Parts: sequence; structure tokens; C-alpha cells
Amino acid sequence: MATTATTANSPVTAAARPAGHKWWIWLMVLLLALLPLLGGKTGLISNYGFLQLSLMIVYAIAVLGLILLTGFNGQISLGHGAFFAVGAYTSAVLIDQASWPYWATLPVAAIVCFLVGYIFGMPALRLEGHYLALATFALAVAVPQFLKYRHFEWFTNGVQGINIFKPDPPFGLPLSADQWMYLIVLFVAVLMFWIARNLLDSRAGRAMMAIRDHSMAASTMGVNVAHYKTVVFGISALYTGVAGALHAIIFEFVAPDSFRFELSIAILVGAVVGGIASLPGAVIGGIFVQVIDKYADALTKKLTTAVSLPLDLEPWTIYGIALILLMYVMPMGIAGGLTALWRKLRGS
Amino acid sequence: MTFLDRRTLLAGSGAIALALALSPASAQKKYDEGATDTEIKIGNTNPYSGNASAYGNIGKTIDAFFKKVNDDGGINGRKINFISYDDGYSPPKAVEMVRKLVEEDKVLFLFNTLGTPSNTAIHKYMNQKKVPQLFVATGASKWGNPKEFHWTMGWQPDYATEGAIYAKHILSNVKDPKIGILMQNDDYGKDYLNGFKQGLGKDNEKLIVELATYEVTDPTVDSQMIQLKNSGANVFFNITTPKFAAQAIKKAAEIGWKPVHYLNNVSSSFGAVFKPAGIEASQGIILALYRKDPADPQWANSPDIAAWKAFMAKYMPQADLRDDSHNYGYSVANTMVEVLKNCGDNLTRENVMKQAASLKGYEAPMLLPGIKINTSSTDYYPIQAVRLARVNGESFELFGEVQSNENPSQ
Amino acid sequence: MEQLLQQVASGLANGAIYACLALALVMIFVSTDHINFAQGELSMFSAYLVWQLIQWGLNFWLALAIVAFVSFLIGVMVERVILRPLHSAPVLSIVVVFIGLLAIFHSLAGAIWGHTIKDFPSPFPNIAFAGSGYIGPHQIGMILVTIALLVALFSFFRFTPLGLAMRAAAQNPASARLAGIRVDWMLALGWGLAAAIGAVAGSLVAPVVYLEPNMMASILLYGFAGALVGGIASPGGAVVGGFIVGVLENLIAYLGNLLEKTTGVYIIGNGEKLTVALIIVITVLTLKPSGLFGHVTVKRV
Repeated sequence: MATTATTANSPVTAAARPAGHKWWIWLMVLLLALLPLLGGKTGLISNYGFLQLSLMIVYAIAVLGLILLTGFNGQISLGHGAFFAVGAYTSAVLIDQASWPYWATLPVAAIVCFLVGYIFGMPALRLEGHYLALATFALAVAVPQFLKYRHFEWFTNGVQGINIFKPDPPFGLPLSADQWMYLIVLFVAVLMFWIARNLLDSRAGRAMMAIRDHSMAASTMGVNVAHYKTVVFGISALYTGVAGALHAIIFEFVAPDSFRFELSIAILVGAVVGGIASLPGAVIGGIFVQVIDKYADALTKKLTTAVSLPLDLEPWTIYGIALILLMYVMPMGIAGGLTALWRKLRGS
Repeated sequence: MTFLDRRTLLAGSGAIALALALSPASAQKKYDEGATDTEIKIGNTNPYSGNASAYGNIGKTIDAFFKKVNDDGGINGRKINFISYDDGYSPPKAVEMVRKLVEEDKVLFLFNTLGTPSNTAIHKYMNQKKVPQLFVATGASKWGNPKEFHWTMGWQPDYATEGAIYAKHILSNVKDPKIGILMQNDDYGKDYLNGFKQGLGKDNEKLIVELATYEVTDPTVDSQMIQLKNSGANVFFNITTPKFAAQAIKKAAEIGWKPVHYLNNVSSSFGAVFKPAGIEASQGIILALYRKDPADPQWANSPDIAAWKAFMAKYMPQADLRDDSHNYGYSVANTMVEVLKNCGDNLTRENVMKQAASLKGYEAPMLLPGIKINTSSTDYYPIQAVRLARVNGESFELFGEVQSNENPSQ
Repeated sequence: MEQLLQQVASGLANGAIYACLALALVMIFVSTDHINFAQGELSMFSAYLVWQLIQWGLNFWLALAIVAFVSFLIGVMVERVILRPLHSAPVLSIVVVFIGLLAIFHSLAGAIWGHTIKDFPSPFPNIAFAGSGYIGPHQIGMILVTIALLVALFSFFRFTPLGLAMRAAAQNPASARLAGIRVDWMLALGWGLAAAIGAVAGSLVAPVVYLEPNMMASILLYGFAGALVGGIASPGGAVVGGFIVGVLENLIAYLGNLLEKTTGVYIIGNGEKLTVALIIVITVLTLKPSGLFGHVTVKRV
């Protein structure tokens, strides 16, 4: 990962500036877009496989939202699952109540989540570190309750949740619903990563990072810290919210139980394990969120049969050990670790 | 779908026509995905982790029981391959695991997937895929709707029916009832409440003087219990899962509230509810049962209880026998095996569904005498009858007749 | 009125649960500057150990004493073995390590002892007394133990050389090192003490909420809120903060229900009490960021 990295005294991690235009990134995107033709037709990738891929991408977008906030602006959040839920419900309610087409709900989910994030960002301005952690933690716990709130039941459908329908591919395209969904998700992700990259490369992006690295210095240099911080909170919520909307469409179902606190933890873990201040880190984080429990589960089952332990190991043990080992080996996340390794190889 | 699959499917539907005329045993060998001459693949999801992990014991019991079935030679010579995944009680996770089961592991059908939210999330998918979603581990009333959802069937008495039975019992036995309700604020709680209200009837709904809800994330229900006591209620309908049921019973005793106490069947466990709450405080609690309590001395000589005890001793020696999950899992797994036996060599999904919907007077092990499983193509509620019982000492004392909310003909 | 008193009493009782956990959180914060998200699961695990010893026939207090010591060692080990090498890692990496620890202790408890709730004996005599309709003997015992812990901690930090050394190491590691204090061992000591306090917290909470692997999951947020509202660096503040959160939550539900009863208008009820309590806590924190009893820290540029 050839990122031109500059080191700074950041509370979060060494800053990594996104790389310049690279033809191979677009080649990879093209290959990914052709997967339904290549993999789908040959039977190499099943519909379930495309579901997995879609989810990895969805989580990558969600993780990207948190990375923009934490990695590039220095604000912590333990509750991004809340924005994910708001996005999912916005989409589901519009499809269910107003019979909107699924694609039209995405921009609305984006706007709603931006506003929610922006509004939440205002009190968050006064809160730092642990206090912001508590406030966002509280947000994550409160949102499922909020979705069940009696006076909202007419549109959230309360505890029952909302059933919607997954779109079929249009114009009689020879694709399965999962393959079509995968293409939509991929398209949205490419768009959003592209926007994020350009944002970070712009003046505004540099201001964001200046605030992260030294907010007081940034403000003396004429950066409107409060304005930037709230807007970044909004943008971050927007990203995670769009991921939530896609998630709702993929699963054709939303319910308060789908967005419990564990989701926020998963997004946070994805961001940190992927690499908190790195766009490739978001992709790695998304993949990690999607695959880790399956691997932990499979490994646990293998271990249990291979070694006859006196007790039934549970997958979380492996998961926990994996997290600690990863942080041990790569405290800057996988993206950070790979960058460091690459530099070492080139340096020697 | 490959050509081969389509052919077997066509052959399968031919077999249905045949099966109408012939008894299943004499039909030819017919298979859908997931069944072969040597194996039947069954899929399942259970919350082995997360805040409903106490239910994981059901999945473990079913797994152990199928091991026993295999040790005893399998079903019509076929071994059961039971694949159970953890869904953490999260609907999206359940969808993902179920799609893996159906599309990758290619199971013949799903059995006893647990939880109302998780089953709701996979309901439509299973019916589109035409893969049976059998004997789900939830008592919501929506699982018995064969017209719209041909491939989904419940097992236990539904919550609404049970709620209505309590309501009727209150109306005819408690003088001047004032009812306080503690309810888990989710799908399951609401189902009970709606059935209960229906049982009371429109005019009597005002008898409910207080409704207190709790969230599964609440550390205790103490505040709700104080609220209920102060409402002046003399009847308490307790719609709670085991941990909160135990807390509520204990707290009621502590604050000296002694209403006529009705507890939902979900928490009919000595190991997980009454013992932790205190046997003393639990005396007299009324609840509806459909299975025998293994500790009740009157079943000491009943063969199914003896068989269950032998099974537990051999296959789950570490388990707490007073945890009702083991009792439940054993009974429902037996029902599944009965259906598979009836399928004979015709292991198509259509036939599995057909056999599940053709149980007549089947007395699954552990069911109370007089309670039988009856299903038909229009009746997707296998168990519809319960008997009321009250906690007496360290077991249940049954009283009254076998009751059912609907179909009195059964 | 009657109910109001009962709700306050019950809020205090719940508050004692949160206060205990908050105390353990503060302990680690004071010595290492971290919020230990695994604290709840560590306490739960310790409570299981106590339960196991009681099953083997030990008396409650003896079992608790042994487990508090064992937990102390576990805490020291966690710091020395797992966190030590990560001293220079970013804060969020440490948070992920805590999540890893949480997962490990949670799943080990489930694997060893199962997921069915277990009855946990209360060490306090179950006697009726004037006012026992308001608050049970266990609850009173719990409050007393929490206060005793607080006094002990206060004296430890104020009057013992070791306590002073710990504070010095946390507040100014560089100068402390010059004064000959072994700063790294002070961190481990802080972890050990927190784990021991956590063992007490877990064993007092378990008789109320029942012992199961998820026992502390929801309490952690309350403890965290309590610790912050009181001032995360002040043990006394944390205890008061815990009580405030407990009472506040009950009062909100009470007022919401009262409003619905009298006017028929539903605004908030039991479902929203936690949310509203947290909103209030966070509002307080935006107005007084160092907590009700915390000191204002001046940041130097």
C-alpha cells in the first residue's frame, strides 16, 4: 500500500494521507464489477458468496464513516451503530410507507443521517475523550429504544420491524437479485470512497486533519473548529447511514433487535483493526467485520474436535484472542502494519 | 439450479401425486437437496452467544438427541447431520446463517430456529425458496398460516392462545380482579398481551390497572414491580423470560406484594426460574403447561421421563436437569424424528412438509397426558392444548382439564 | 408519595450496584488513564469464582476474600502481560484490546459455567426490620460495603506511602520516576486493586440480578455514566454518581407513569427511562465537563 505518509503527533495514530490516483485501483474496481459475469456464470461465486461480498462492502462504508470522524478528525465514537440504524429505518420506512423505489431512498437516508449527525455533533463539541465516548455509547444503547417509542410506532412498526422487498435486476438483466444488489452496493461504495478521497485531499480535508492533530493551533490559523467538527460528524453519520440503508435493502428487513450495541462495537473494531486513518483500512475493516465471527466459529469447532478439551470452547474466546494479538502485532491496524512492513522492505 | 436438481425436483413433485395414493413407505426413494441414502442434513440457528444465550441449551440438547438417534442406527438407515449456527439473537445474522445453511450447506430443511425476530427475518426467504422452516422455537401466532406461508410451522402452543387461557381463568376464578402486567417490550411480550386482552374481551380490558414494560437491557425490574404493587393490582400477569421472571418473583416477595400470580409458560423452569427466585416465594404461581415436569413425583414411573433421564445421563451428563430447555429440546426433537420416520424414503421438501402437516394424535415424549399433536394442511399449530398448574413445593401441581382456546373438537 | 419513597429507595439500591462498578472503573482510570470496558466482565468472572468456592462449601466472606486476592493477581497479570507492551499504542487500540478481553472473559464464563442463570447467595441475613418494605437487607448491606470500600480507598490514597506513590505515578510519571517510584508497577497495582474491587462488586450484584455471563453487560453503561457524572478521577464522585444515576432513572419512569395516570398523556415510561437519564447525564457533562465532583484540568498547549 504505497501511501505517502506524514507523521504527526496525533492522539489517534500517525496520519496517512490518501494515495494519489492509481490506475490499478480502478482496474480492481472494474474487476470487481465484472465479478457477476466472471464468477457468477462459472459458478465460482454463489449467490451466498455475493451476499458476503455485499456485506463486506456495506461494512466498509460504515467503517469509512467512523474513520472519517475518528481517524481524520480526532473525534471518538462508540455508537456509530445508531446512525447505521437511522439510515436503515429511513430507507425501510420510505419503501414501506411511501412505496418509494429503493434507489431513491438512499439519498434521503444520507440527508437524514447527515442532519442527525450534525445535530448530535453540536453537544459533542463540548465533550471530549471519555465524555464523548459515553455520549456516543449512550446513543448506541438508546436508538433501539427510540425505534420502539410508542408515538413512533405508526411508522417504525415498533418491535415487529418492517419487511420490505429486495429489488430484482431491471431490464431483464441476466443477473440474480444478489448479484444485482452486489453491483448496486459496489457502485455506491466506489462513489463514496471517491468522494471521501477527494474530500481528504481538499482544503477542508487538511483542515479536518489539522483539527485532529492540534485543534488549538488549527483555530489560531483561522480554521472554524466548531463548524468543521459538527459538519464532519454529519458527514460521518451520512456514510454510516447509507451503509445502514443498503443493509436494510439487502436483508429486506429491519427491527430494533438488528441494531443492538454489538453493531457499534463491530464498526469500531473494524475501523481500528483495519487502520483508523486510512481509506484502504476501511476496506480491510469491512472485510474483517464480515468474516471474523465465521472464522472464529469455524476455528473453535475445529479446535474442539482436534483437542479434546474438558469444556466447550466458545467462538468469542478466539475472537478476543485474535483482537489482542492483532493489536499486539499491528497497533496501527492492518493497513498501518502493512504500510510499515512495506517501508521496512523498501528501506532495507 | 442445475439440470440435475431440476430433474429431482420434478421427480419429487411426481412423488407427491403418488404419495396421495400410496403409503409413504411404499414410495420410491425420492430426494431433494440435503437427503441421500445415508444422510439427512438439517439446519438450525440458535443464540449461543449474546443476551439470549441461555436458550443455547435447546440447540445443544437437540444436537445431543440426534447423536443418540444416529447411535441407535439413524432414521430408516440414514444418519442425521445436524448443522447449528450461532445467530447471537440478531435477525440479520440469522438471515446470513440461514442462507449459508440453505445455499452452501444445502440442508434439506430448517428445524427449530429460535426467536421471534430471527424467524420473522427469514420467514419470507424460506417460503420463496420453498424450504421447510419446521417447528420454530417461538410461540408467536404468525407461524400457523399455511395459506400464505406453506413452508413454515410452529410447534409449541402459541402465546396468544396461552394468554387468553389465563384471562379466562382470571375472569372465572378471581373475584373483582384488578390486573397488573409486567411485559418484555418486544414481539413476544406483545403477542401474549394481545391474546390476554382478547381473552378478557373488550368490556373487561379496563380490569388491567397497570402495564409495566421492561427492556432486556434493564439490569433489574425492581422499579416496575414497585409500580405494579402500588397500582393496587390483586392479579399479576408476568410476561417475562427466565432471568426477569426470577427477579420479579423475588422482588414481589421482598416488597410484600401477594397477588394471584400468573406466569407465562416461557419461564416454566425450576432450574432457571423458581430455584433462583426462591422456592418459598414461588409457591402458588399459576402457569400453563403442556409438558411434564420431570421432577413431579406423579411421573416417576412414566416411560418417557425414564427415557429422557437415561438420555440426559448418557449424552449430557454435565447438564442441569432442572433447566427446562433440555426437556423442551428433547420433546421437539422427538417430534422431528417422528416426522422423518413417516417420510420413509421420500425425503423431498414437499413430503417433509406434508408429513409434518399430517400428524394425528401423536403423543410426543414429555407431553402431558391428553395433549396430542395434531396437524393438517390447514392446521399448522401442532400443540394447541395446555393444562393449568401451580407451583407446589418443588414441582408443579396440575389442576383443571386440558384446555384449548380454539378447535374444541381436539 | 408512598411509591415515590419506594422508587427512591429502589433507585438507591440499584445505584449501589452502579457505584461499585464505577469505583472499579475509577480505580483503573486514576492509575492508567484508561476506561476499562472489560471491567464488567472481569467482575462477572470473579463472581463466578466466588460462586464456585461457595459451591465447594466455603463461607461467602472467605470465598470473597480468596477471590478478591486471585482477581488482584489476574488484574496485575493482565496489565503486565497484555497491556504492558501496548503502552505506546493509540488509545483506540487499547479500547480494542479491552473489547478482546471482554470477549474472552465472557466466553470463558459461558464455557465453564453455562448460560443458565444461577442463584447467588446474599451474605447478609434476611431479616425484616422497620422500612424493609422499602429496601431489603441485601441492598442496605450493599450500600454499606460500597461506602466502606470508598473509605478504605480514600485512606489508602491519602495516608499510605503506596497510595501516595500510586497517585504520583499517575499524575506525573516523569517526576515520580525521578523520585524513585516504579511507575510501571504502580500501573499494575492499579489494575490489581480495580480487579479486586470488581470482585466485590460482582459478588454483591449477583444476588440481585442473578449470575450469568451477560450479568454485567448492561450495568457497565450505568457504571460508566455514574463514574463520569461524578467525576472520573474521583472515587467519592463515582460512588455518588452511581447513586444519582440509579435514583434518576427510577424517578424519570415514576414521573412519566404518574403523568400518564393523571393526564392520560404518554410521554415517557419504563422504555425510555434509561435514554432520558443518559440525556440528563450528558447535558450535565456538557455544562460541567469534569463531572460534579471533578477538578478542572488545565490543558497546556
